[in-house]
Amino acid sequence: MALQRLTFRLRQTVTHVRSLHTSGCTQQQEAVAVESQPEPFSVFRTQENDPGCQTEKHIGQHYTLPSAHINTLFPHGLPWRFKQRVKTFNEACMMVRQPALEVISYLKKTDFSKPALRYLFYGPKGTGKTMSLCHTVHFCYTQGWLVLHVPDAHLWVKNCKELLPSSYNSSRFDQPLQAAEWLRNFRITSEQFLSKIKTKQRYVWTKRESTEEGSPLGQLVDQGISRVKCSSDVVGAVMKELRLQSGQPESNFHLAVAVDGVNALWGRSTIMKQDKSAMDPGELTLVYNLRKLMQNDWIGGAIITALSQTGSLYTPKSVYLPQELLGERGFDYMDPFIPASVSNYSEKEFESCCLYYMDRHWLQHPQSQTEEGKKEIIFLSNRNPRMLERICAFL
Amino acid sequence: TALPCNSYECSLSKCIKNNSIALSAVSASLRDICVSCALHRKNLAAAGPEKFTVEFIQKQAEEFNIGKRHLANMMGEDPESFTQEDIDRSIAYLFPSGLFDKKARPLMKHPEEIFPKQRAIQWGADRRPFHFLFYTGKQMYYSVMHCQKMSHQKHTSPFQYSLRMLTRVSISSLGTSRWFTKEELEALLVETISTHDYNHFIQLMERLLSLPYCATEVEFVLRYRRQLEAPSAKRIVPLLQRDEWGVAFSTSDGCRKTSNCSVVLRECGSGCITINGQNYLHYFPTLQDREQLMFPFQFTGMLGRFDLECTVSGGGRSSQAGALRLATSRALLSFLSEREAENMRQAGLLTPDPRVRERKKPGQEGARRKFTWNKR
Repeated sequence: MALQRLTFRLRQTVTHVRSLHTSGCTQQQEAVAVESQPEPFSVFRTQENDPGCQTEKHIGQHYTLPSAHINTLFPHGLPWRFKQRVKTFNEACMMVRQPALEVISYLKKTDFSKPALRYLFYGPKGTGKTMSLCHTVHFCYTQGWLVLHVPDAHLWVKNCKELLPSSYNSSRFDQPLQAAEWLRNFRITSEQFLSKIKTKQRYVWTKRESTEEGSPLGQLVDQGISRVKCSSDVVGAVMKELRLQSGQPESNFHLAVAVDGVNALWGRSTIMKQDKSAMDPGELTLVYNLRKLMQNDWIGGAIITALSQTGSLYTPKSVYLPQELLGERGFDYMDPFIPASVSNYSEKEFESCCLYYMDRHWLQHPQSQTEEGKKEIIFLSNRNPRMLERICAFL
Repeated sequence: TALPCNSYECSLSKCIKNNSIALSAVSASLRDICVSCALHRKNLAAAGPEKFTVEFIQKQAEEFNIGKRHLANMMGEDPESFTQEDIDRSIAYLFPSGLFDKKARPLMKHPEEIFPKQRAIQWGADRRPFHFLFYTGKQMYYSVMHCQKMSHQKHTSPFQYSLRMLTRVSISSLGTSRWFTKEELEALLVETISTHDYNHFIQLMERLLSLPYCATEVEFVLRYRRQLEAPSAKRIVPLLQRDEWGVAFSTSDGCRKTSNCSVVLRECGSGCITINGQNYLHYFPTLQDREQLMFPFQFTGMLGRFDLECTVSGGGRSSQAGALRLATSRALLSFLSEREAENMRQAGLLTPDPRVRERKKPGQEGARRKFTWNKR
């Protein structure tokens, strides 16, 4: 009798449990059905497109840059080969890598009342310094910062078609073409801020033209673009305004200065003066003003830079460390900075890159998809991102 | 049957010919015909190669032996055990020469090797020839064929049938060898042979070998065959050593054109390559050079297993890559089986490339390029 009651009670509990279990199951199934439909699971891709939300577990995975962001943020910032790739694949996918994530995590914790911190990406050739810089710039943009992006400082110290003596300071030289181009790109990048920021000073360009105090920054920029002759001074004025105003309580923007190829500012230039003597980069207005921005004497933002040996002048191919590339002057100027070392792909990152190429049907050769082929590619490229990309380009 | 030994003497026929020329010259002058000087001039080409007498050669041999003893004394070595290699070494030491052509350098060898072999006088004082086949004109050739014919008939004779039962065919005892070429046969017989004769000779030898009991004639046949050395027999496999952490490694050298390199191949499993202290991606920016480096590993299927540490000097980037490839293939031999090593050899990975830069010749602009041809 007691046994029967026991079994009955057990049976009840069992049925209870069973019903609970089944209901739980159905709930789970529904949830799974809801989740699995929109997102196919892939090892090399992540749906987390916001750089601010990316964590360590996204390392090695590709995230997509929205095309709207690319048009506004990177009119001139992305490397040439990456732009070709974007055009071919019809999507801009960048790999999440550890150095960029590190710098982004520091940027998230910046104290805007303290002077701006300087971050420097360095590493051997072709390891992805420029791409890491672009990644951090994208992060700053999504956070609503004002980005001042100089895609390659080397372009300002070589191949100068027009060189004018500066009207502001007779010992310096102007580069109207480069300055005007940069201003045009800057206008695209910072559309939303141009009307909000007002100048704090009156600028006189010629006898008849001047920009009054309190006029929007957009007007200043337009002035530089239309009057090409004074564009370098306009650039200097813009930089000065932004430097003074960022971090002030009344201005509600944060400034991110991103410079690629920072070693050009303290290196040598191939531009020659009229009497065929070599020009020091410090004598160029653009470089001079940019150097002032590199100083950490302003608050309310951050300075993110990357070294580059590829476009640099008079540096041997094997150097990549900051001390060697920046030189003594540059290193003293930039010191102290937070270095971020960028190296070749790890195994996981390499696999992810290969999977991405296969997904995009970029690797057409049948052997490139086998294990043997992968080993050959590893050997030939030594997991260097640039080499890998070049080799896969004809596979 | 041994060949009749050739002694070195002027042939009598030559003397007779010379006398006839002299007679005709005399008769021409007697006839008072205006004869040009060209006739009196000796026709050097028609005389043929210079003839050396037996005494001359013997004297040269004695002088050579005495000279050999003098040389040994000069070098402070024992004259009794002074070999030809010692002679070569001493001459190279005493008369250093910078000439590129090895044959142009000073040498000291036995007269037999220097003076070309010549046929001796084939008849005695009574002007009867020694050899019974002299009047065929190609006595050596026909004597060889005759020997064969005799053995051929010996085989087919029924009386030796029982003896022949014991000896079976063994073509394998010939080993890897080939027949003499026509030039080699001519050198052996000291006689010119036409192509037709040579083919006939080869035909007969092959026929001899195809007979059932040719084992007895093997030594006769081997006289006319040259051994081919199997290249695989001469392979030197580098030593497989272990360093203090127990990692297996092997060292080897390689060269190509003017580059020399030495390579240490370690079985780490990392695939990291260092050349002259630099990363190989940096040292060889060109894809072609890295492909050359990859070839031995790719061929044997050992891509990610090894670690290379190389030092290379001389030459350009392509020759350095080739030298490194050779060195890595040699170093890999100690990790491979015989069959894989044979595969590598057939792929050409183990053969040093003999091509070097050809010298520029005078009268030409380069090695092959001639000066621009002007009609006037």
